[in-house]
Amino acid sequence: MAVNGKSMSIIVTKGSLDWAYPPFILATTAAAMDLDVTLFFTFYGLTLLKKKLDLKVTTLGNAAMEMPMMGGHMAMPNLMGALPGMDAMATAMMKDLIKKKGVASIEDLRDAAADCGVRMIACQMTMDLFEYNQADMIGGIEYAGAATYIETATQCDINLFI
Amino acid sequence: MSTVLDVKGLNCPLPILRTKKAIKDIAVDAVLEVHATDPGSVKDMEAFCKQTGNELMSTAEAGGVYTFQIKRKG
Repeated sequence: MAVNGKSMSIIVTKGSLDWAYPPFILATTAAAMDLDVTLFFTFYGLTLLKKKLDLKVTTLGNAAMEMPMMGGHMAMPNLMGALPGMDAMATAMMKDLIKKKGVASIEDLRDAAADCGVRMIACQMTMDLFEYNQADMIGGIEYAGAATYIETATQCDINLFI
Repeated sequence: MSTVLDVKGLNCPLPILRTKKAIKDIAVDAVLEVHATDPGSVKDMEAFCKQTGNELMSTAEAGGVYTFQIKRKG
């Protein structure tokens, strides 16, 4: 039980570079604020538990995405976003911004989460569905299903779905 | 005499994570002085201290650098 008796759980369903941030930022911060934290990784979120992360961002279907450029902001029309190389370009730009602005990498945040005792659960059904191997995932995680999450969530003060 | 933690140039949530780490290393009732450039850290340090029970003794700003003095409790 946490020092102050508070706790939080997050269901992590997305595994792109941009969507990887909210769960790890909230988890590490909550742990720093003495909350017990559980992350349940399911579907595309499960890729965030792979030993080797190769996260990408896409402009497709992301009409609000704009990048700072030459004093303004540049958005990408969906039609252009479908061209080969556009995702790689957007990913490179995002990673460059992350470095420049002193934002932690996902690898660093995930290490910090593990260090401060954030409980991480990989969805066993998704492991089977997408044919992931436990050998490809980081250590120190649990493999379980919906019932485990629900049991945890009933005891949490904050439950989020990202 | 207080311990100084420099988190200038770091963005959310790193100033809070580093503060948490540093405060664990000082004695109870000792003071940690944090230097940050993240404008969001002004509200965040308040919230962090409120939640963790540590005492935010002072917040100051000079030339874009925020200085927080936090006394470790408990």
